[in-house]
Amino acid sequence: MINTFEEREVEIERRFVRKEKDIREDIKWAQINSDVLKSLERPRALFWVIFIASLALFMVGVSCEIYQYEIGMGPANLDNPHVWGLYIATFIFWIGMSHSGTLLSAILHLMHADWRKPIYRFAEAMTTFSLMTAGLFVMVHLGRVWQFYYVVAYPNERWAWPNFQSPLVWDATAIFTYLTSSMIFLYIGMIPDLAICRDNATGFRKKFYTFLSLGWMGTDRQWANFRVTYLTVACFLIPLAVSVHSIVATDFAVSQQPGWHITSFPPYFVAGALYSGCAAIITLFIVLRDVFRFEEYMTMPILEKTAKLTFAIAMVWTYLNLVEYSSTWYGDDMYAKQALIYRATGDFAPEWWMMNFLGSVLPFSMAFKRVRNNIPAMLVISILLNVGMWLERWMIVSPTFANGIYPWTWDHDQWPSWVQWGIVLGSFGWFNMLFMLFCKIFPSVSMYEVKEMVYHRSLHNKANSAPALDQELAVEGGTAS
Amino acid sequence: MSKSHMLALFTDFDEASASIRELKVSNIQGFNLKDVTLKSPIEHPEIEELLGDRPVYVQFFTLFGALFGGIGGFAFISSCQATFLLQPKGGKPVIPIPPDMVLTYELFILFGVYITVLGFFIGAKLPMKRHKLYNARVSEDQIGILIKAEDTAMPAIKDLFTRHKVLEIIGEGGK
Repeated sequence: MINTFEEREVEIERRFVRKEKDIREDIKWAQINSDVLKSLERPRALFWVIFIASLALFMVGVSCEIYQYEIGMGPANLDNPHVWGLYIATFIFWIGMSHSGTLLSAILHLMHADWRKPIYRFAEAMTTFSLMTAGLFVMVHLGRVWQFYYVVAYPNERWAWPNFQSPLVWDATAIFTYLTSSMIFLYIGMIPDLAICRDNATGFRKKFYTFLSLGWMGTDRQWANFRVTYLTVACFLIPLAVSVHSIVATDFAVSQQPGWHITSFPPYFVAGALYSGCAAIITLFIVLRDVFRFEEYMTMPILEKTAKLTFAIAMVWTYLNLVEYSSTWYGDDMYAKQALIYRATGDFAPEWWMMNFLGSVLPFSMAFKRVRNNIPAMLVISILLNVGMWLERWMIVSPTFANGIYPWTWDHDQWPSWVQWGIVLGSFGWFNMLFMLFCKIFPSVSMYEVKEMVYHRSLHNKANSAPALDQELAVEGGTAS
Repeated sequence: MSKSHMLALFTDFDEASASIRELKVSNIQGFNLKDVTLKSPIEHPEIEELLGDRPVYVQFFTLFGALFGGIGGFAFISSCQATFLLQPKGGKPVIPIPPDMVLTYELFILFGVYITVLGFFIGAKLPMKRHKLYNARVSEDQIGILIKAEDTAMPAIKDLFTRHKVLEIIGEGGK
């Protein structure tokens, strides 16, 4: 028999509220502010360990780039036919990594999947820094870095413009559009939180956040305009993100090189991009959760949902991979078939098989709840998935150059030099360094959206569970007071 | 009559919306619902609806930006390609439509996004100087109702807020 209001609340909780919640609904809003603002003040020592290690890695990359700049492209061991090497493979990797942040944030926003709210901010930041890292490789692989402005579209002295039919021009335009739009999406979504930072900061920080928050006061007029703007930009970003990696795929697919001239390359690239991005979200989720003590917000159910999403995307990627292999195997392009056989049995066979194992077999471990709920296991798996996805990009680029259409262009002995490896490692340091700095300066969990999540979920629970309890108690003959 | 501002802070969102609902039908002399501004830490479309029709024009900026980007982008690319009119193209079109659509599409989105954001800044009146009655608790967990009304109307409005368990009322001269 239920007699008091408290007993009724307890009964509602027991019967109708799911045991594993994405977030605690009784968390105080002031505590949300305080927890997130604390991450801007004093992070754990692990933050500085990661930051300094990243800085050291970045300096390795800088040293290699200076050496390459001084000596020329020779030390990088890039020559005909290996003209792209790890630089373009890693460029594609970073472009791919950038996809999940903004794309998933926008898709999940449109689908009203509110579990994205505690994690979308850092995922969007990941997009921005991945694109900035990818852009570096365009410069690095040029060799003549001082002529970087050649990549910008402008007419020559005869007023002849670049070839607008070239996928390289499309690529530069698409990446520029995606980078600036993602930064705008990140910034606009952060304005209400910057106002919270402004209201709680002192000294220089207050001036900094006051400038960035633009005088936001949370008025109805501001919120109404914010809502429409955020939704509109999200709608633009979804097709944009798909187009960016489709265009990167077109760089390869419109060429006649064996193994690249494949119709399914654009969706294959988009799936690969989402896959590596989701895996990176899991890695950064676990790191931030520990470094900034975000256990209340980056909860296990959210990690589990992200793992399930990654698993689903991994299966899409695997399917498209198999489509590529089978259409090449049963197709009539003997050069493409020869390139496929070379990948599986030639000099790059260990890397190729490793890529297939890590990309297609390892994700099956995430089918088990026990694995999805094991943080160290998920950290290792997510890193290995990205190793697999990096290998995928390398296996797209190098084996084709090593074993092209004409046998006299074959070069099976090329292996990336330490300069290439150093610059690739440096890019990881650069990305981590920027990312950790971002998390130290800006709120990496969206405070106002977590509040919305808590507010709407508690309203929803109250609205749904009370009538249902009354109905059940009526059947049982109890009294709902 | 001179007008002044008053900020009422609520912890209970239901009470805040109830007080706006009552203000709407109260018919207090010297007060107009248009002069009510809601300040809240999260979006409250349901309370904003009570304030009446306050249109947002961002979508028109979006439409203009996207059309400008798409049409202007195509015009730019094709006019650049048209400089080759006097040169032999080997039978290929001077302005090839299908490949030009890719850049047109990108520029459609680029300007669509940029001008949408411009519309947001204009619509939300950003950047702006914070109102003197701005209270930091509004960015934490309280909902604020900012009222501009004639001085004679203020006591009646205060009474109404008090009935709805207002936490604090701040006038231009302080509490």
